[in-house]
Amino acid sequence: MVDDLAARVEANPKYHKLVSMRSRYSIIMTFFAMFFYYGYILLIAYNKEFLATKIGIGWTTSIGIPMGVGVILITIILTNIYVRHANAVFDPLTAEIIKEANQK
Amino acid sequence: MMNKLFRNSLLLLLGVLVAGTVMAAGADLGQTTKQATNWVAIAMFAIFVTITLFITKWAANRTKTAADFYTAGGGITGFQNGLAIAGDYMSAASFLGISGLVFGNGFDGLIFSIGWLVGWPVLTFLMAERLRNLGKFTFADVASYRFAQTPTRIFAACGTLVVVAFYMIAQMVGAGQLIKVLFGLEYQYAVMIVGVLMMCYVLFGGMTATTWVQIIKACMLLFGATFMALAVLYQFHFDPEALFTKAVEIHSKHDAIMAPGALIKDPISAISVGMTLMFGTAGLPHILMRFFTVPSAREARKSVGWATTWIGYFYILTFIIGFGAIVLLTQDPGAYYVDGDLAKGLKGGGNMAAIHLANAVGGNLFLGFISAVAFATILAVVSGLTLSGASAVSHDLYATVIKKGQTDSAHELRVSKITTICLGILAVVLGIAFEKENVAYMVMLAFAIACSANFPILFMSVLWKNCTTKGAVAGGIVGLVSSVGLTIASASVWEAVMHNPKGSAWFPYSSPGLFSMSAAFLTIYLVSKMDNSKQAQLERSLYPAQKIRSETGLGSSSSSGH
Repeated sequence: MVDDLAARVEANPKYHKLVSMRSRYSIIMTFFAMFFYYGYILLIAYNKEFLATKIGIGWTTSIGIPMGVGVILITIILTNIYVRHANAVFDPLTAEIIKEANQK
Repeated sequence: MMNKLFRNSLLLLLGVLVAGTVMAAGADLGQTTKQATNWVAIAMFAIFVTITLFITKWAANRTKTAADFYTAGGGITGFQNGLAIAGDYMSAASFLGISGLVFGNGFDGLIFSIGWLVGWPVLTFLMAERLRNLGKFTFADVASYRFAQTPTRIFAACGTLVVVAFYMIAQMVGAGQLIKVLFGLEYQYAVMIVGVLMMCYVLFGGMTATTWVQIIKACMLLFGATFMALAVLYQFHFDPEALFTKAVEIHSKHDAIMAPGALIKDPISAISVGMTLMFGTAGLPHILMRFFTVPSAREARKSVGWATTWIGYFYILTFIIGFGAIVLLTQDPGAYYVDGDLAKGLKGGGNMAAIHLANAVGGNLFLGFISAVAFATILAVVSGLTLSGASAVSHDLYATVIKKGQTDSAHELRVSKITTICLGILAVVLGIAFEKENVAYMVMLAFAIACSANFPILFMSVLWKNCTTKGAVAGGIVGLVSSVGLTIASASVWEAVMHNPKGSAWFPYSSPGLFSMSAAFLTIYLVSKMDNSKQAQLERSLYPAQKIRSETGLGSSSSSGH
């Protein structure tokens, strides 16, 4: 029964569209998340002085602190963008694929 | 019978509490650093325990089958699960450890907390939905979906138990230290109370109780941390610059707390620590298990969205709390420092920064609240860990490997409960054995194993068509052995724990992740490529069907055993 359904899903071009859409989207988002994090970490490893630079003359706050908080905020934002996008785009498409597989 | 058992455990618990208090009162004499018994903290904690035990009683009536026990019958919503996941992650080790790290080193604490957060987007983008679609109770369900059950499950269960053990030690040690300072109770009794309470939640209430205990605690912790951060910022008119300026002036390291310090020594360590934290998150069994408590992939995705948001928010708070502690605690050294001397450090150690700060900003009542929250945190996290360990033994080892799936829900449930008791006792013993360790670094060990042994298997089995049983198990073993081996050979264990001379550790980096995880992936790749057995061909041929299920949820477990 399930095998039958699976065969119909496999034959549905919408399924392949879903898979390629989602994997492309996931990879791009993963790339961004890793870019910001490893960018920050490598900056710490290679250029501590830069991060220790004050954000302005007479300031105590160093550049690294707003950047670090920024990485936290970007992480939260990226995750939520993905969740919204998946809820709005991937879920309806998935529902269609399952519906069509059950109909035929 | 359930009710009678429940009543008896309550009596037993009361007994331990009373005995502990009496013994502590006896042993208290002659200890100079121990705080006076804090009745407010004890009362707050007693209220928390009472409420959670009532929840456990309610949950016990709903925990009839193995599915109820492992996954709360799949009836948790995305938002609730998000809070529970965040609760699992906002452990006492991270609350006290990170705020303590900020208190001691400033900026480095921020780097550490960012590392802990960045695993979440990766888990969201690549794994969350697929995990929910393929799994039922444990992450081994996912890893072994198209593989030979026995070897994959045995390995996944071992991976789970090792990670759970190390993570558990950190939590138990935290519990003991905390209560020694706050409740005036001996370390051993504190650890025992945690063990007994945790067994109560898990034994009787299963996943339902464990989840709700975690949700309540997450709300309390977020509320408490928010209040502390706001109280600190309020004193500086909500100007972080003013807070930092004052902190730099007071702190013994002065301006160095505004710059990256010793945490990141070299680029290799930096990347390695980063990978360990990032991919370790996606391999923690007690976190992965939570994806099966929601009814669909959509809810699983929402869970991680919420979890990431709460955890990120929480880490920003811990940063403010750490700096608040630098400034506010030094204003009253007599109250917070050993012998009132700044050079001798905080009473109860650096990890107590957040706890002392609670007293500084909110007086004894708020100190009581935060102490109770910290204790509750440990309890809740330890319960989740125990449940995850118990399901690995009963679902993966007993039901699937030993009984080959030929067992009923009642037997499986019985085995999980026996395992829960064993794990509870083990947790207490390990907690006592590891009394003097630094809690934050113990958690790193668990992450290193999770990222090197569990994550590669999970990732490759779900996303790579050619992965086979032999490849996955070989790679997992390589990851497990190398991550443990390299951790032992690194300074944090070789020198700090085994007392070898400084500089004698031959593994020079802070974390093995980069090497052990790469070794695991490479082994999985090579062994799978070379594997041309009949079994391997069968496993490859099963991939398209697995992919359909993982992508669309077609045929996925409804997660309710009814």
